[in-house]
Amino acid sequence: MTQKVLLDIRNLTANVAGIEILKGIDLTIGAGEVHAIMGPNGSGKSTLAKVLAGHPSYEVTGGEVLFDGKNLFDLAPEERARAGVFLGFQYPIEVPGVTNSSFLRMAYNTVQGARGKDELDPLEFDDYVQDKLKLLDMDPAFLERSVNEGFSGGEKKRNEILQMAILEPTIAILDETDSGLDIDALRIVANGVNQLRNADNAVLLVTHYQRLLNYIVPDYVHVMDDGRIIKTGGKGLALELESRGYDWVADEYRARHAA
Amino acid sequence: MSSTALQNLVNQPYRHGFVTDIEADVVPKGLSEDVIRLISHKKNEPQWLLEFRLQSYRHWLMMAEPTWPNVKYPRIDFQDIIYYAAPRPKKKLNSMDEVDPELKRTFEKLGVPLHEQKALAGVAVDVIFDSVSVTTTYKQRLAEVGIIFCSFSEAVRDHADLVRKYLGSVVPNTDNYYAALNSAVFTDGSFCYIPKGVRCPMELSTYFRINTQESGQFERTLIVAEEGSYVSYLEGCTAPKFDTNQLHAAVVELVALDDAQIKYSTVQNWYAGDEQGVGGIYNFVTKRGLCKGVNSKISWTQVETGSAITWKYPSCVLLGDNSTGEFYSVALTNHHQQADTGTKMVHIGRNTRSTIVSKGISAGQSNNSYRGLVKISAKADGARNYSQCDSMLIGDRCGANTFPYIQVQNNSAQVEHEATTSKIGEDQLFYFAQRGVGTEEAVSMIINGFCRDVFTQLPMEFAVEATKLLGLKLEGSVG
Repeated sequence: MTQKVLLDIRNLTANVAGIEILKGIDLTIGAGEVHAIMGPNGSGKSTLAKVLAGHPSYEVTGGEVLFDGKNLFDLAPEERARAGVFLGFQYPIEVPGVTNSSFLRMAYNTVQGARGKDELDPLEFDDYVQDKLKLLDMDPAFLERSVNEGFSGGEKKRNEILQMAILEPTIAILDETDSGLDIDALRIVANGVNQLRNADNAVLLVTHYQRLLNYIVPDYVHVMDDGRIIKTGGKGLALELESRGYDWVADEYRARHAA
Repeated sequence: MSSTALQNLVNQPYRHGFVTDIEADVVPKGLSEDVIRLISHKKNEPQWLLEFRLQSYRHWLMMAEPTWPNVKYPRIDFQDIIYYAAPRPKKKLNSMDEVDPELKRTFEKLGVPLHEQKALAGVAVDVIFDSVSVTTTYKQRLAEVGIIFCSFSEAVRDHADLVRKYLGSVVPNTDNYYAALNSAVFTDGSFCYIPKGVRCPMELSTYFRINTQESGQFERTLIVAEEGSYVSYLEGCTAPKFDTNQLHAAVVELVALDDAQIKYSTVQNWYAGDEQGVGGIYNFVTKRGLCKGVNSKISWTQVETGSAITWKYPSCVLLGDNSTGEFYSVALTNHHQQADTGTKMVHIGRNTRSTIVSKGISAGQSNNSYRGLVKISAKADGARNYSQCDSMLIGDRCGANTFPYIQVQNNSAQVEHEATTSKIGEDQLFYFAQRGVGTEEAVSMIINGFCRDVFTQLPMEFAVEATKLLGLKLEGSVG
């Protein structure tokens, strides 16, 4: 049985404010896989995540991305979300006056509607969301607070994973979900992500640090530098990066390409 | 989620733009003592009221049009306005069945639920159609508890003593340019009297509507709440679409005696002009409440979404000790609309309290100003005020201003003022989009969240209407 390809990125280039950030990304993600992208600051990791989700500040200048066999760039950002592309934000946005419960329910019902499934009324949704809250060890009182307003860094990140749990995406792109988390919160968040994994979905982790990968074990680790993926390896590569830093990978890459 | 998407969202055509074809009894354009005498005569008014009008008019002649508001418009030619237009009543109306079907269809188009639904909802509606009250429902049920709720003309006829006692007692006929004009030429409006100790058993509701083209509207509303009484009053406004600007200069006076409470809620959706800023209502209104008795309370809640220009400051004069004034406002401007609105809280009595919550939303090329005065006079020991003024900008061609005036003459006062400005930005919309939520729903949700503190003050059915209205007004505006 050949494994199904969920996301196929081919020679993707992208600009922000006229400056080229992505300089030709190739990456194939199959169903059931976890990929991690690591790399120094400014290497383009977060840009890749935002381009895939369709952030309006980023301009795709070349290449293509197939999601489930279809051209991802034919879809507006909200259509991508409804089709099953999820971005866990590095800096989740605050929405004063809008309760988490109404925000989550609106998102859920919109995505459900697009999948041809029934929407849930507030009471039904409450039942649904309570189980998801337990998954992330969150207090139900949190549902009545305004979206991300006054949340600690850890609460915001947990809220992102809660949204992932509620929307059940096909591909979850988690942009530095580990930053700002203490070790207990990291374990809870990682545990939540692991429980959401199955044979039909995939996870793309964008991270600086190896420690997240102790809890969410990747099938592949990619190193990004200067807008390109310069090395791909297994989970062992992350440990090697932790001890040796990134420079040696860049040196290897330059040596290879100078030849 | 381009800026075009946002623009399309705000640029929805006005849905209430149609003219009802009813014969109108129109006094020729222009203003003079003769016109005022004619209006007074047509309305069979007593001599004292004619004197009140003439005195107001003579004072108005000596006044200058105010130029301090942060709004721009061509000079108004007061001789080019029709000051009196009334649908010709064929006979006296006793029930809704007798109302002109054309008129009823108009209200249906507007979605004014005047029929049984309204009865079930427990709302009495005093319908004002081009200055003259056409029908008043529930008068009887209210009369059982001694409440008077009728058109201003009827009040002048049947309750002259009350009208004479309170007319101009809160807003003197010399108060300001437009109040003086209104006092000279007002045609009709609403009168409400809640006797001692009575809690009004239903929300009182009035729908105002301008119909005859180029007829200025000069409404007069007077609400008196006797000792220990309570009333909640709803005012809703929609107007049909015209290309010439129409002046609307109303005066609303509220009087609350000892331990009385008045809650006055407005949803204002007059025609705002088209996308280029042509046409629309000039809404120059004086609204003021007098907390005359001890422990009295007056609350203003307004949702202002219409008019080409809005110039109004629903205010509270806190005269009675321990009295409370509240002002909750949402003002939304789009396209070329201009709003200069806010409140005045004048603390005179001891331990008086006031709360101001103002939410301004600007979209398109509109300009939205909050202007508010908090005055603590020398004898107002222990007075407290809390003000919160938040502005939200949609797009980058609109403006928001805050002009808070604070005058404190008593050292024991506590006055707090908070202000914020925010913008519906790309990142916020992207966050919603990434959760599957499109721009329109996102904007509507963000705006409703922003306005929540005010909407929770509105009676339930108004809150629903206001929420829908904001969504409608902003369709196409965010991008």
